[in-house]
Amino acid sequence: MVKPLSILETEELTYTYSTGTPFEKTAVDHVNLKIEKNCMVGVIGHTGSGKSTLMQHFNGLLRPTSGRVLLDGEDIWADKKKLRDVRFRVGLVFQYPEYQLFEETVWKDIAFGPKNMGLSDAEIRTRVLETAEMIGLEEELLERSPFALSGGQKRRAAIAGVMAMRPEILILDEPCAGLDPKGRNHLLRQICDYQKKTKSTVMLVSHSMEDAAAYTEKLLVMNQAKLFCYDDTPAVFRRTEELCSMGLRIPQIAGVMHTLRQKGYDLPEDIYTVEQARDAVLSLLRKGGGAAC
Amino acid sequence: MSAIIEAKNLVFRYQENEEDGTPKKQEIPVLKDVSLSIEKGSFTAILGHNGSGKSTFAKHINAILVPDEGKVYVDGMDTADEENLFAIRQKAGMVFQNPDNQIVATIVEEDVAFAPENLGVAPDEIRRRVDDALKAVKMYDYRSHAPTQLSGGQKQRVAIAGVIAMQPDCIILDEPTAMLDPQGRQEVMDTIRRLNRKKGITVVLITHYMEEAALADRIVVIDDGRVLLDDVPKKVFAQVETLQRVGLDVPQVTELAHLLRQEGIEIEKDIISAEECVAALEALLEKNRK
Repeated sequence: MVKPLSILETEELTYTYSTGTPFEKTAVDHVNLKIEKNCMVGVIGHTGSGKSTLMQHFNGLLRPTSGRVLLDGEDIWADKKKLRDVRFRVGLVFQYPEYQLFEETVWKDIAFGPKNMGLSDAEIRTRVLETAEMIGLEEELLERSPFALSGGQKRRAAIAGVMAMRPEILILDEPCAGLDPKGRNHLLRQICDYQKKTKSTVMLVSHSMEDAAAYTEKLLVMNQAKLFCYDDTPAVFRRTEELCSMGLRIPQIAGVMHTLRQKGYDLPEDIYTVEQARDAVLSLLRKGGGAAC
Repeated sequence: MSAIIEAKNLVFRYQENEEDGTPKKQEIPVLKDVSLSIEKGSFTAILGHNGSGKSTFAKHINAILVPDEGKVYVDGMDTADEENLFAIRQKAGMVFQNPDNQIVATIVEEDVAFAPENLGVAPDEIRRRVDDALKAVKMYDYRSHAPTQLSGGQKQRVAIAGVIAMQPDCIILDEPTAMLDPQGRQEVMDTIRRLNRKKGITVVLITHYMEEAALADRIVVIDDGRVLLDDVPKKVFAQVETLQRVGLDVPQVTELAHLLRQEGIEIEKDIISAEECVAALEALLEKNRK
């Protein structure tokens, strides 16, 4: 049998909060998904669209009201004893993860997950050092208290703690919230490098359309508890009007290119980063191109 | 116009504890020498990388922090004088990043009434202020809702209404859109602009979003505890390299113009909005065709 290329699937996944009370609310409504192995996935959607609720199903923090979550083809709730294993295989990094740092040293904090997995000391050591390097924490910081680090370093230490378990899927909920532009881009590049190196699947929940455009291959779009689409990033941003109507936007530069195209200029679709826009404008200028008509 | 906020040679150090627990001021100040005057009715954006001192500066405006050296005056009142504390906090209200940390009541209108109640405002006046404040942020229809039922953008507007109900002359917003989705961000920015333009409230906005800063009348860039740049957005964003060097960025449209100029294309340096960018590119392409 051919091994399926998808690592995670959901079948009619539905989750209802406060069932049987006046506050009953379906937060995830019949979602069917197939997430590939070795992929950088962006997750976008308005506040309250069900993104976080959906993510919490992927490592079994929430149990579906109905429907199934399959990890590598197996229902994660089929055998409750295996749930612990699921949480090692699907790592979840919450918003502001630095609030969860607790150990005496950065080293111990990063080693906590691998230790719980029962890895050997040698393996733990390798994992801690490798992960610290990937996320940009210098070795000398590892013996310090995590509370003595700067904001950006604390955030990295917390993320490293989950990365060190080498989950097959790493989910990050707004990892860049509150970081300045440079810190943001730096951290996102490191997360991408981690993804490429480990060939795992990384899911990045973000409110920044610019980040989603620049750093992801596929986008999962939630809207009012339903899956709006799961598709290649360019294909999603092509649906400008629909995205705007559900409280999302396209990156500023994509909007400019979109307007120019509507005015009849012969610019290609699928431009959503500044570099792509530069190249497109340059090539149009070289062609001596003005209005298409 | 007169200044509502005036910082003169402001120096500030945070306190840390020694090994034995005795408090000690840090040697290196966070704010090294900040002199800045903000006009009544203006809209100023403050930019700076994490740790640059911009939030520390903001906390001086309503006397959450007071200077170690130098002075900060709010509408002429010295923030270091404790007698002025109440008057200053009423003049300058603060809105923080996470609305959940700022909302205290279980009903929207009760939350907005919290500050005026504590100020001892008469009940019918409170009613009027709460209604006005909620209308100003376009949340009047939600006055009897529970804040937990609201979206992030709506909650942040309620938090802003809570500040407006004190009838401050000035509001300071510290990354008010950091946790919001694109629409929530736009709602909050529209609200801030409306309060500034229509009600004449002085706005000081701290943000990491360059497109938001582009909407201000003036941008102040703080770096390493000092004012690095202070000018209208067009002039500040024209300094792409300086901004990137200090960990900041420019709006995407400004960056595009910058990259095109590097390729020898003649395009304006001071493009900061999508509309300007479309117009400039259109002109460029038309000229090229001829």
